[in-house]
Amino acid sequence: MSEIKKRILLLLAHPSQHRSEVNIPLFETAKAIEGVTAVDLYGEYPTFDIDIEQEQQRLVDHDIIIFQFPLYWYSTPAMLKEWQDLVLEYGFAYGTDGEQLKGKPFLCALTAGGKEEAYQAQGYNHFTIRQLLAPLEQTASLTGMHYLPPLALFGARTASEDDRMDAHRRKWRRLLKALVEDRVDLDMASGLGKLNHSLDQIILGD
Amino acid sequence: MTGYFLQAFIYLVAAVIAVPLAKRFGLGSVLGYLIAGVVIGPVVGLVGDETNVIQHFAEFGVVMMLFVVGLELEPKMLWAMRHRLMGLGGLQVGLTTIAVMAIALWFSIQWSIALTIGLVFALSSTAIVLQTFNEKGLGKTEGGRNAFSVLLFQDIAVIPMLAFIPLLALPELIDKAQLAVGEAAEHHEEISLVAGLPGWAYGLVITAAIAMVVVGGHYLSRPLFRFVASSGLREIFTATALMLVIGIAALMSLVGLSPALGTFLAGVVLANSEFRHELESNIDPFKGLLLGLFFITVGAGIDFGILAQDLGLILGLTLGLMLLKALVLLLLAVVFKIRHSDKWLFALSLAQAGEFGFVLLSFTVQNHVIPMEMAQVLSLVVALSMFLTPGLFILFDKVIVPRYRQGSHQREADVIDEQGTVIIAGVGRFGQIVNRMLTANGVKTVVLDHQVSQVDILRSINVKSYFGDATRPDLLHTAGIEEASLLVVAMDNPESTTELVKYVKQTYPRVKVLARAFDRGHAYILHSAGADHIQKETFHSSIELGVDALKCLGFHPFQVEQQKNTFKRIEQRSSKILYQAWCDDSSGERFDNNYRKLFIELEETIKAAMLKDRSDKHATSERGWTPPPKGYDEVLDHDDAQRADNDANG
Repeated sequence: MSEIKKRILLLLAHPSQHRSEVNIPLFETAKAIEGVTAVDLYGEYPTFDIDIEQEQQRLVDHDIIIFQFPLYWYSTPAMLKEWQDLVLEYGFAYGTDGEQLKGKPFLCALTAGGKEEAYQAQGYNHFTIRQLLAPLEQTASLTGMHYLPPLALFGARTASEDDRMDAHRRKWRRLLKALVEDRVDLDMASGLGKLNHSLDQIILGD
Repeated sequence: MTGYFLQAFIYLVAAVIAVPLAKRFGLGSVLGYLIAGVVIGPVVGLVGDETNVIQHFAEFGVVMMLFVVGLELEPKMLWAMRHRLMGLGGLQVGLTTIAVMAIALWFSIQWSIALTIGLVFALSSTAIVLQTFNEKGLGKTEGGRNAFSVLLFQDIAVIPMLAFIPLLALPELIDKAQLAVGEAAEHHEEISLVAGLPGWAYGLVITAAIAMVVVGGHYLSRPLFRFVASSGLREIFTATALMLVIGIAALMSLVGLSPALGTFLAGVVLANSEFRHELESNIDPFKGLLLGLFFITVGAGIDFGILAQDLGLILGLTLGLMLLKALVLLLLAVVFKIRHSDKWLFALSLAQAGEFGFVLLSFTVQNHVIPMEMAQVLSLVVALSMFLTPGLFILFDKVIVPRYRQGSHQREADVIDEQGTVIIAGVGRFGQIVNRMLTANGVKTVVLDHQVSQVDILRSINVKSYFGDATRPDLLHTAGIEEASLLVVAMDNPESTTELVKYVKQTYPRVKVLARAFDRGHAYILHSAGADHIQKETFHSSIELGVDALKCLGFHPFQVEQQKNTFKRIEQRSSKILYQAWCDDSSGERFDNNYRKLFIELEETIKAAMLKDRSDKHATSERGWTPPPKGYDEVLDHDDAQRADNDANG
């Protein structure tokens, strides 16, 4: 059951980890799963001096790419944007001969301060989380990756007080394990707005 | 004269052979000395009656030990530990004394003797336990810390005990002693300032003496040490330290107080001094040797006749005592909520009787509290319980720790909330900044410098620092290198830096060493000496000045930043190759032709990388922001249309 079929590259971008209440526990959870390579980008490149060769090699060596980050102004923290700007080069990720990412599933696992209800047309954020992540979805599309809707922890500031962390951690672990063991129906997942409430549907043979 | 030489030689040979052997077998140094004593005394018979005389002299080691204990106890720390110290320590000594006394009374032993036996057996062996904690790294555990509090309380409690025990003297023993006139005369005709004074004057003299130690230690010691240190003569500093300890001991004896109490007080007063580590490292060897000598004389004094005669009794007493002490400790561990394996460590480590037991016993005999024959049996019990202690530590390691480890296997790794100390050697322009950064982040540092003036300046701005030459092993030891997690070597003398790095990496491979290199060549030397992190002292500031220069010349600041990173990256990558070339060269001249060639190559690589940025679109330093080729979007558009067609058709 627990054989490694797909290797996951998990890129965490969190600039103030000593204050983290949810992202670091989630990162630790992921680290403990076999088949997951967990990279702390701010830890590895504290001066933003990203090693492009190394990052591209990591992408080549893995089958599934996951960004983990707290949502900053409806986007990734600066490090992940810098990472995209530098690593997803013409000729590597897109353009002529730029096919290194083709076919790899791509997922955002994020935490957001706003409540789930805020991320809809009627809510104060006016857009769903999937709509807000459109630039990343299009990046995945242009680089030929298989975009999966995000797994989001909403209301992250009060998640541990409200005892929602454990449930989310379990979901996160279950999803990562299923991805490693290649038990996720990617096509069924693609149509969803987010993965939060649909793990039972998309994970096979649990 | 020849006789003295021979005797000294015998003692030294015994120690030199027995102690390292004992350590190798995991028995600890104290047992080594005891065994050495047993061998040269009762077994081979090389030494005889003079051991008694030597023992009195060697007891001075205990006085020195209390001075060192005092030095390690800042008044603040003592205050913070007060609950543990008084509660745990006080109850341990109190309960054990009462329990032992009750049992002794049950065997219808006279009450004053029973009480004395209780006091003697309540003490544990500071020397064995702390030594073993150090060797096994248990000092920072909950059990280890609590055991230390108890040991400290015991060490302090010895002082009032020494004052109290003479009051328990047995009249019939005194009578007997007075028959042996010569010995008695020796005891009563000691020089004394207070003989024949009325009570109030006696009190006054004692108060004055203690005040002299405290005030003198606080105000006079500093100028004195500074004066001596500025002479730069190491042996004079040692002489000063000895003078201080012996002077205080003499003063205390003169006014009829315990010398141990006086030196302990002086130690505490000096614990805050910048000369603390230097003092400790000077006294340490004397303390160690005298204590060792003391243990040897104890071993030599063991009467095998008595042991053979009363083997059953002595064995029974020893095992019973250890069981009793462990039970009292376990009870306390439960009351004070010491849990898991720490509870067992606490109980097992302190279950023996200690070296102060010997001191008290010989003292009780001198003061006619306990008859000689009984003291001999009790001495054997103390010694035997110390012999058995390493066994208890092995039991703890092999049986108890694994059992608790199994239980806690499921837990996630603990967050490390306690950082070990960082020792900074050299606190001039370089070390100072390192120290400021660390202390600003709440890291505990111990700062050492060999220039008194530097230490003074730092002290005047509230930076805790100590005078001393960090390249000396004993000073590093007293600064706590065993428990330190990092050593920062920031001295400005390249040779001493190298020497220190080499020594520490060989002796304490666990300690990470971060070193300041004078230049590239020195960095290589430090690298081969085993330093974990090396920074060239001028590299980063030179680069920053280069950055400023480029900016002044009109380069865009962000571009300059990129160029700087590229420069550093190439430099770092090639430094490995250059280091290899430097190592491979065996001509003695470290920078040979091959190295020069490689260095010129490095310069070319850097230059090429910098120029590329201006001539080539795919520059090393700017890859990520290089725009895709012109017209690339039409291709993308075409691809997308095709994909849409495919989707529609499929």
